[in-house]
Amino acid sequence: MQTPEEFEVSRRGVLVGGAASVATATLVPAGPAMAAPTPVPPPTAKVAFSVNGQAHELELDTRVSLLDALREHLHLTGTKKGCDHGQCGACTVIADGRRINSCLTLAVMHEGEKITTIEGLGTPDRMHAMQDAFVVHDGYQCGYCTPGQICSAVAVLGEIAAGVPSHVTADLTAKPKVTPAELRERMSGNICRCGAYSNIIDAIVDVAGAKT
Amino acid sequence: MKSFTYERVATPAAATAAFARAPGARFIAGGTNLLDLMKLEIETPAHLIDVSRLSLDKIEKTDDGGLRIGAMVRNTDLASDARVRRDYGLLSRALVAGASGQLRNKATTAGNLLQRTRCPYFYDTNQPCNKRRPGSGCAAIGGFNRLHAVVGASEACIATHPSDMAVAMRALDAVVETVDAAGKARAIPLSGFYRAPGATPHLETVLAPGELITAVTLPRPVGGTHIYHKVRDRASYAFALISVGAIVQKDGSGRVALGGVGYQPWRVEAAEAELPRGAKAVTAGLLAGAKTTHENAYKLPLVERTLAGVLAQARG
Repeated sequence: MQTPEEFEVSRRGVLVGGAASVATATLVPAGPAMAAPTPVPPPTAKVAFSVNGQAHELELDTRVSLLDALREHLHLTGTKKGCDHGQCGACTVIADGRRINSCLTLAVMHEGEKITTIEGLGTPDRMHAMQDAFVVHDGYQCGYCTPGQICSAVAVLGEIAAGVPSHVTADLTAKPKVTPAELRERMSGNICRCGAYSNIIDAIVDVAGAKT
Repeated sequence: MKSFTYERVATPAAATAAFARAPGARFIAGGTNLLDLMKLEIETPAHLIDVSRLSLDKIEKTDDGGLRIGAMVRNTDLASDARVRRDYGLLSRALVAGASGQLRNKATTAGNLLQRTRCPYFYDTNQPCNKRRPGSGCAAIGGFNRLHAVVGASEACIATHPSDMAVAMRALDAVVETVDAAGKARAIPLSGFYRAPGATPHLETVLAPGELITAVTLPRPVGGTHIYHKVRDRASYAFALISVGAIVQKDGSGRVALGGVGYQPWRVEAAEAELPRGAKAVTAGLLAGAKTTHENAYKLPLVERTLAGVLAQARG
């Protein structure tokens, strides 16, 4: 029987190949009449940070978001681009221990930081407990928001343990608890258009070892 | 996004000096609002001054028993601070009612005060907007305006200020501390921090170009029951239609500030004298002179009924 690893054509390969064919088909030969003035290269800046324990030094167009640095420059495509405006949470990564929207932050601002992406939480052979729980509880359908959901979920449990209050925390002076209501509120920055929310909450509750 | 040059500074003096060298530059800290606007080319600075590493990230006691909140304190850290949760619960409640966990981890105290309106016509560069392009007109007046201001607006602009945090700070008598390019510090009560839109809605605060917020101070705690009630289109992660922030004392006196009704967090101290007489009397004073459209007239009864609920909750 064929295992998934034996498929030679990956979805990514097809997509990249497809895009290249389109580009070739629409290529227009540049004639002398079309000669453009020499473009001024955009300003760049250097930045060094570590991603999933590996040090990187990059020189980037200052406009490059942390998300695009991860995906386009470091080829860590686990982190997804959804809305690119901080509204969907698909791009969630953990920077110096805090979950953030990697689309709404400049890569060059992360000098010296430690970034963790979905690739750094676990691998297919050694999955993080949260990845395992998402599989067990079927916490996804199409899977596009899942890396962001999982990075967010891991950080949410850390925030609750650290005593960060939420909108639904009844007593501000008491330690917040892991409850489905708390998790739903805290995960509201991660949108799942397939609507796997209830299974996502089950997965997080499972990891937290709490009763529903 | 338009290209820009970038520098990181280590002190407030270096930040204001950098601005003096590059007028038209923008300070960037959390970046969650500025970068969003830059992607849409609503903001097009040629130079960014990164102030996110300034050591203005502490929450300290002031000599008179209040708190000084550094400009760079993240929203999550401010909401989580034990003193804020105990003595300024309204502030903690307002913070966690805003944005998402990811955004609160990045957004700073100063940046939250300076965030721009969420008026859809401000965001749509194909539409006229006096705030975005002075003199171009206002598409919200006569347009889709159920989210817009009912008090303090002008013929040029009916946008609201989107901050929840600022509503709590207004009720808590917060003062904004700044330093200008010449190194001169000043303290601006939040009550006088935002400018009414008038004919110049693109000028939103009294800050001078290059003036940098260094801290926000809160006077000593006033006690009472602190409640922040935000009404929105979905249960979480949405801007307010309206919000009510209240501090109610045992004798029925207190303070009330509103969000989602005007260009700034809305508080009318004189109206608070009516608190013992109930929500209707207070709302009449708070929203005196309100001007509504057929789409946002609902905000008037919504404020009154939300305040009635808040006062009932405060009585326990």
